[in-house]
Amino acid sequence: MREADQVRQELLAKFPWLDASSRVSRSRRLWVEVSDYSKFAEVLNFAVKNLDFDILCTITGLDDGPVLSAVYHIAAKDGIILNLKTSVPRDRPVLRSIVPVFTNAEIYERELIDLLGFKVEGLREGKRYPLPDGWPEGQYPLRKDWKPENLDAITPYGKPPKES
Amino acid sequence: MAKNVVIPVGPQHPALKEPANFSLTLQGEKILESTIRVGYNHRGIEKACEERTYVQDMYLIERICGICSHSHSTAFIQAVEEIAGLEMPGRGLYIRTLVAELERVHSHLLWLGVAGHEVGFDTLMMYTWRDREIVMDLLQVLTGNRVNYGINTIGGVRRDVTKEQLDDVMKGTQTLEERTKYYIELATQEPTLIQRLSGVGVLKPEDAVNLGAVGPVARASGVARDARKEDPYAVYADLEFNLITDNHNDVFGRAVVRLLELMESYKMIRQLVTKMPDGPIAAKAPRKIPAGEAISRYEAPRGEDVHYVKANGTEKPERVKVRAPTLANIQAVTKMLENGQLADMPIVVAAIDPCFSCTDRAIEIVSPDGPGILVWKDLREWSIEWYKERGLDLSGLNKKLISRLGR
Repeated sequence: MREADQVRQELLAKFPWLDASSRVSRSRRLWVEVSDYSKFAEVLNFAVKNLDFDILCTITGLDDGPVLSAVYHIAAKDGIILNLKTSVPRDRPVLRSIVPVFTNAEIYERELIDLLGFKVEGLREGKRYPLPDGWPEGQYPLRKDWKPENLDAITPYGKPPKES
Repeated sequence: MAKNVVIPVGPQHPALKEPANFSLTLQGEKILESTIRVGYNHRGIEKACEERTYVQDMYLIERICGICSHSHSTAFIQAVEEIAGLEMPGRGLYIRTLVAELERVHSHLLWLGVAGHEVGFDTLMMYTWRDREIVMDLLQVLTGNRVNYGINTIGGVRRDVTKEQLDDVMKGTQTLEERTKYYIELATQEPTLIQRLSGVGVLKPEDAVNLGAVGPVARASGVARDARKEDPYAVYADLEFNLITDNHNDVFGRAVVRLLELMESYKMIRQLVTKMPDGPIAAKAPRKIPAGEAISRYEAPRGEDVHYVKANGTEKPERVKVRAPTLANIQAVTKMLENGQLADMPIVVAAIDPCFSCTDRAIEIVSPDGPGILVWKDLREWSIEWYKERGLDLSGLNKKLISRLGR
């Protein structure tokens, strides 16, 4: 059985600069942060192709203030989860789609778009998820500065109709 | 050449048990392709969790789903317990796992009934749902509730179990095991059922992997994945059980996997009861959870639940992320529907076992004489009286029924 620390060493042999930003929190749990987004695809592809991480569990979006972060939780058959975190600036939160690597990433990427306001390049046209079709532009519920009152201010739900 | 027709099914549709929308492109009766829109049940629970304490979140998360309620609350608190670095007491973990396996039994029996109903075999539904009452009663005895058990607490469980309760569990398991053997015989030998389910909703092993299918759906396509084996949590590392897979890749295979998993669950329940250690049932958990993050996996009846929790040192989490198994499996449904018949759509969707909730059976009445609980028998007598006052006497019918049933 492979240990999470072995995986970390293999990763460090290829990308020595990840030394300070990677850790093993317990058996089968590896956390790696690639803060420079331009290097993220390379690390992800290496983990998938060379380290046998072939299952995408989900993608978690985080509002980290000046940056928006995404944690890609990918698993291998031996039970190890590699939590690969990356960040993009809040004023230009653009990620590239990982659908070419994981077909099932589509719905998780749509979730990032709807709930945190990420932009995902290379995602095919399709139905949104999970917010309703009439949801107003620019309202991202999982951002820390978003309050339900924001929505009440611009939509007529629950308010008496205006007298004309 | 007939013209292709696109028809919408859902979000509200008699063939669906919960809101989802399918756009099906048809050529005659054949489905060429489909697109799915989900999200109609989005309730903002992840956001709500950020504004509540960990304990409040545990009860909120338990209500994500009425059927796998224990799955969600366990997946969440496992992450919290990991961040807090709690030493978990053995007895607490055994009780938690016992409830988990009983929940799997009730969920799989429920599914078998739904599957029977969707293919017009309602007798199967009546039988399995009758038998399911045995495990529902056991859950009620152990936890106090039929659904949303509320047994979990951060650091362990809230209620201890007695020797008598465990004896009841053993007895109930015995009956359920005999019934399940009959269902296995039925499913694998009854020609109409086999023919109705075989070759329907095909998902090839490579598609199951690519589309990230989980749980019985993946295992019925020969993908040997189970969080209880790969990433053992609670006390699964102490238990002996087999990982069930099947190579039919269709709805029939999914039925076989769930039925055989029931037998494995009975095996585990017996081990849990006999091996249960003495000692405390919960560790004391701090109100404020130190900063940190954890990801927790849990093999729910429908597949793997994934919960991510990020703590910031306060009593409220910074972020809670939930990935329920249906979201992982729904993406495989488009593949399963391809080249299938329109009439197969309900059973194909039902075969991934999407969620819907059940309801309570006791009613509390607050009257001038004080509060009281009405059980099934009182409710029944009350209804007979109620109709009698309105000139309709059903008591004779009741007696006739009782004599015919021999009770």
